[in-house]
Amino acid sequence: MSASKKISASNSRLRSLQRWGLLFLGPVVAAFIIGFVWPFIQGIYLSFCSFKLTSNAKFIGVANYLSAFADDSFRYSFGYTALTAIVSLVLINVIAFAVAYALTQGIKGSNLYRTVFFMPNLIGGIVLGYIWSMIFDGILSAYSTSILLDTTLGFWGLIILMCWQQIGYMMIIYIAGLQAVPEDMLEAARIDGATRWQTLTKVTIPNVMPSITICMFLSLTNGFKLFDQNLALTGGLPYIIQSDGSTVNTTEMLALNIYNTFYNSNTSMRGVAQAKAVIFFILVAGLGLFQLAYTRKREVQQ
Amino acid sequence: MFGKSITRRSFIGGAGLATIAGLAGCSSSSDSSSSASSSASGSDRKGSVYWLNFKPELDETAQKLASDYMSAYPNVKVKVVTAASGTYEQTLTSEMDKSAAPTLFVIGNQDGVKEWGDYAMDLKDTAIAKLLNTDEYDLYDASGKLVSIGYCFECYGIVANSKLIESAGHSLDDIKDFASLKTVVEDIHKNAATLGFDAFAATDLDSSSSWRVTGHLANLEYYYEEQDDGGWDKCPASIKGTYMENYKNLFDLAVNNGPVDPTTLATGGHDPATEFTDGKVAFLLTGSWDYANISKKQTETHCIPYYCGVKGEEKAGLNCGTENRWAINDNASDEDKQATMDFMVWLVSDPDASKAMVEQLGIMPYTGAAESTNGYLTDAVKYSSDGCYTMDWATNYQPNVDDYRAALVSALNAYTADESDANWALVKTAFVDGWATQYAKANA
Repeated sequence: MSASKKISASNSRLRSLQRWGLLFLGPVVAAFIIGFVWPFIQGIYLSFCSFKLTSNAKFIGVANYLSAFADDSFRYSFGYTALTAIVSLVLINVIAFAVAYALTQGIKGSNLYRTVFFMPNLIGGIVLGYIWSMIFDGILSAYSTSILLDTTLGFWGLIILMCWQQIGYMMIIYIAGLQAVPEDMLEAARIDGATRWQTLTKVTIPNVMPSITICMFLSLTNGFKLFDQNLALTGGLPYIIQSDGSTVNTTEMLALNIYNTFYNSNTSMRGVAQAKAVIFFILVAGLGLFQLAYTRKREVQQ
Repeated sequence: MFGKSITRRSFIGGAGLATIAGLAGCSSSSDSSSSASSSASGSDRKGSVYWLNFKPELDETAQKLASDYMSAYPNVKVKVVTAASGTYEQTLTSEMDKSAAPTLFVIGNQDGVKEWGDYAMDLKDTAIAKLLNTDEYDLYDASGKLVSIGYCFECYGIVANSKLIESAGHSLDDIKDFASLKTVVEDIHKNAATLGFDAFAATDLDSSSSWRVTGHLANLEYYYEEQDDGGWDKCPASIKGTYMENYKNLFDLAVNNGPVDPTTLATGGHDPATEFTDGKVAFLLTGSWDYANISKKQTETHCIPYYCGVKGEEKAGLNCGTENRWAINDNASDEDKQATMDFMVWLVSDPDASKAMVEQLGIMPYTGAAESTNGYLTDAVKYSSDGCYTMDWATNYQPNVDDYRAALVSALNAYTADESDANWALVKTAFVDGWATQYAKANA
């Protein structure tokens, strides 16, 4: 009797939990749907439409996607973005790991260094872009050139900016990973006579693979999604003026290309810009997931 | 246990209700604030006006006039939003999508008519159109609908500091054509060190200043070409570049006779307007909108035409036109359209309101509007009454204007870094072929 009462009481508690649980989830789910799911679905729908304002979109099928793929500047910016993302991915992670490794060796004042290295990450991208453009041009004007005049300079300028901004952030993640490497493993390696290099490659790095995974993921997606730094530093300049008067914006990355397509051109291009944005999403999501799956495999369980 | 579950339940229920109420409160707050103000009476005017202003320098005046109007007509709600510099198109796009869209907005050029003409009410024979004292600044669409009407006009050319020119041993009256302009400018530049000032302010090519050459100076090429064609009434599909040499004449003169190395113009940041107001240079490519600022510090300045080496240019006047054109949103309710119309009429005819507008904008082409005090507009009128031809703003036809100008900036950057013929050929490609390409894109 009392046992069945207990069961029904716990059942009713479970049921009431299920019922009220939905209410608890409500605000978050609503916000997520309003702020993300719905705009996302609408965005995909709009990429198949010709529209000036989102309220008067007209369905036109895949024409936008065909124009997007046929657009030279989009294809160019894809290649340029991929190059930027890969170069910055390698540089940021190698340097961030090196700095983190150095700062976990018990150097005096390492807390101060950590703070200093992290601080650039707190500055907004637009501000950074303008500050760095002043720094670069201050130097380059001595050579009668400017970051706006040379594609190579624009490329390396952006890489330097990205490294400067993101190394500190990745460093913090690596430091956390390095500090979590079990001391007994390191000690065992030492006792077994492993060199520093062997300890690093055979013990430390396999143990910080989770940090490497997350840092690679972040720097890869950051590289692909980069917008404000790109806009403020070069804005796509210099352009190659083709003989028919059309242009290829040689330092324009994907996000800026989409933005320029949407706003700078005539309004008939808005659907095309939207299609580019959907392609962009699929690309970034696909690459990010692939990279996650790949590096996850190399993580070790302690 | 039972009691506990009650409290928890009631707590959850209460919290849930509070959340929902909070969300509902958020969504309705904007509506309630707009309806709350329309309770008092005292006037037969009602409705709401939402003016999307595109001129940042007008914002302060516009906000004040809006509140003045609301205190005079308490049943009318006037809201003024000013788009940040260079973002008018973005702001208009998002605002027009809202249920409370702007009732009064700007369609400044033919590109705008193409994009937004469908949203504009036909202003033909309306109260505001009847007050216009010229039809020169009206824009029509292909069907003949009066889409937008000018609310002020501006003029530009080369602004010159006559006091400095005299102290260099010349006179502004000596400048009658390109040759005489070149003589004066090059002489001042040569003696800049002893004079203490230079000829041309830095013609920066960054986004804060590149319009001087990609928009305004370019007009001389379009204008003379337009004259050869017997006038344009719509955007031509291509241009010939007949007067590119003249554009180059004046561009070279401006960039090579200033205080800064031309190779630094791409980066910009020299603040040419301040150089001029501080008396460090004698010439600046600008126009009537700068008069209020300049006249605070430099009292003897005048605006002279773009002398560029074209035959008969002794008879040239200033470049006069406007991008300041009002359109009324056709999708607004009749009451709001009427309210907007009344508000516009008030802006151009009320003595205090039109005075405040004129102080910011220059001349307003309406009967009954206040007189202008703008020196450069006075110059423009004087040239015109002396029988000189006014150069209209053919620049307004630039197709896909942002993309077109961005390409031109890139080409000019390369040219100022290295003034070679090959680089000028690229400028010409961007200028002439770029027009046809952008036209084709815009009219695909």
